[in-house]
Amino acid sequence: MITKFQVAYKNLLRKRVRSLLTLVGIALSAWVLVSLLGFNHGYEASLNRDIDNMGFELMLMAKGCPYEAATLMLKGGTGLRYINESFMGDVAKEPEVEKTFPMLMSAVFDPNKGESGGISGYFGVEPKSFAELKPSLKFRQGGWFTDVNAYEAVMGYEAAELEQREVGDKILMPEKNVEFKVVGILNRTGTQDDGTIFVPLKTLQKMFGRPNELTTIGIKLKKGIDSVRFEEKLYKLPDVQVVSLTQVKDTIMGLISTAKVMVLSIAIIAILIAMVGVINTILMSVHERFQEIGILKTIGAMPWDIFKLIWIETLILCAIGGVLGVGLALLLSKATEVLIRYVMPYAPSGGLVLIDLKLVLFTMAVILCIGLVSGLYPAWKAGRIRPLEAIRSNIG
Amino acid sequence: MNENGISIEAKSLTKVYHRGSEQIPAVNDVSLRINRGDFISIIGPSGSGKTTLVNLLGCLDNPTSGELSLAGRPIFSGAKRLSERDLTKIRRETFGYIFQNFYLIPTLTVMENVMLPLTFYRKSGLEDEGMKLLKLLGMDHRKDHLPGQVSGGEMQRVAIARAMVNRPEILLADEPTGNLDTKRSAEIVQVLQELNRTARLTIIMVTHNQELARHAARIFEMRDGRISEIPNHKQVAK
Repeated sequence: MITKFQVAYKNLLRKRVRSLLTLVGIALSAWVLVSLLGFNHGYEASLNRDIDNMGFELMLMAKGCPYEAATLMLKGGTGLRYINESFMGDVAKEPEVEKTFPMLMSAVFDPNKGESGGISGYFGVEPKSFAELKPSLKFRQGGWFTDVNAYEAVMGYEAAELEQREVGDKILMPEKNVEFKVVGILNRTGTQDDGTIFVPLKTLQKMFGRPNELTTIGIKLKKGIDSVRFEEKLYKLPDVQVVSLTQVKDTIMGLISTAKVMVLSIAIIAILIAMVGVINTILMSVHERFQEIGILKTIGAMPWDIFKLIWIETLILCAIGGVLGVGLALLLSKATEVLIRYVMPYAPSGGLVLIDLKLVLFTMAVILCIGLVSGLYPAWKAGRIRPLEAIRSNIG
Repeated sequence: MNENGISIEAKSLTKVYHRGSEQIPAVNDVSLRINRGDFISIIGPSGSGKTTLVNLLGCLDNPTSGELSLAGRPIFSGAKRLSERDLTKIRRETFGYIFQNFYLIPTLTVMENVMLPLTFYRKSGLEDEGMKLLKLLGMDHRKDHLPGQVSGGEMQRVAIARAMVNRPEILLADEPTGNLDTKRSAEIVQVLQELNRTARLTIIMVTHNQELARHAARIFEMRDGRISEIPNHKQVAK
């Protein structure tokens, strides 16, 4: 016995180049679709993780553009203005606050960075409070600074790899011409900490002539505290700006959504083009087999049998194209990430394109639905062919 | 089959085609009775209405008027027209068809082509029918070949096996040797004769070839849409 599936499959092999081109069209649209949905999923997850890994919910900084400051901070850059350390004591007294974390970010020009030099960021922290803030940080080598005023540095995994430093090596801060001894190298975290060089807060304040000044105070709230209400309370403080990390996330996601809409539009256009391609291929195939389909009806095929046969052909094309597209997306997800990082103004650390089983199944379901819809008209048309007309015709 | 053994009975069967305002009676008031196990030939010049008549007898088309019954079962009567779906049901239960152009599916092997009708409709107990028929027709050694790899005569044998695989009651052959040389044509008609004799199969064969028509037990001639039976074969020769 030969099944309808075998008949349909063998028919697709009849015009191999045409079938292959249609497959490529479907595969490309599936690739775009799965990559886009993977990006939606991955970008948000990575941004959430980055923000969660910061260990605090609110940031207090000098008045200015809070979002620019927050973005710079997320990217490991420097803040725009400075606030006095005394704010930290005031905030810490509030009953809603569990802990506060002082941070000073500074940047120097490094002529040896890249082809024409670049900015190197240094992050001044108190080792005790910072370790409490980020308990997940583990050392690959060494540990935190031996003294709050020491000229010592802890390097993130990627920073150490880039500078090719190990514990005990020296690292020169360009511009200031000061050497730091590397006392610790962190394990990879998948966050912006990987590219950061941490130095004692006091040392950094002294070097940059900013005693008792900070760029940011991180505030961790007690469990169950409404961060929005506390935020309003902080607004009463003079000359400071409060940035909620949820707000930052929402703003970034809002900016990204414009890009998403554009890419989604491209994906929809790609899908529509693939659909037209499928309809065209199957219609041509039906037209070429006009006589053959008539004969099938003569030998016992009902209109519904012919409808199913043509529909199966469409589904085979879409299923194979969908699998190829998803495979392509999985294979090229790293390359897609590189491209996204190149074009996006801000991209969180970690995977940007997250393709999981749920997404793969969803994409396959979408592609198969497209196949079902695309096959409707050609299948209906084929089902209506009258055997007598087909036998009399010269087509096929 | 009914008790009196009548396979097909047509009464005043008429098919009129319209070309603009002109009416062309392709089949004009044809009445005939074909018994079970008959092997009949229909001859006549081009445009005489042979194929149209076979299409009506084979339920490939609705007549304009007249009656047709198969094994005593009325199919067409009066102005009642059957849908394509109803015609298909009748066709697949009753008929096997052979055409001049074979119409084999080029992507399927010989065996797959033979078995193809069973994909859509299968009478019980016919699982091995394809192989039996290919053996009977001397095509079993070619079962895995594609139609493009066998000769014209062999393709028509495959088409015959395909027409026979569902054990039809009536085999309709429209110019089955039209694309074959004299030797292959004679072979195909011999195969049909053998099937008629061994399986008591009713065969209706349309042909231009009067020599081949003489292999049938009864011969009908069509002229201008009208039919007449030629009483004996000698008259065909004339």
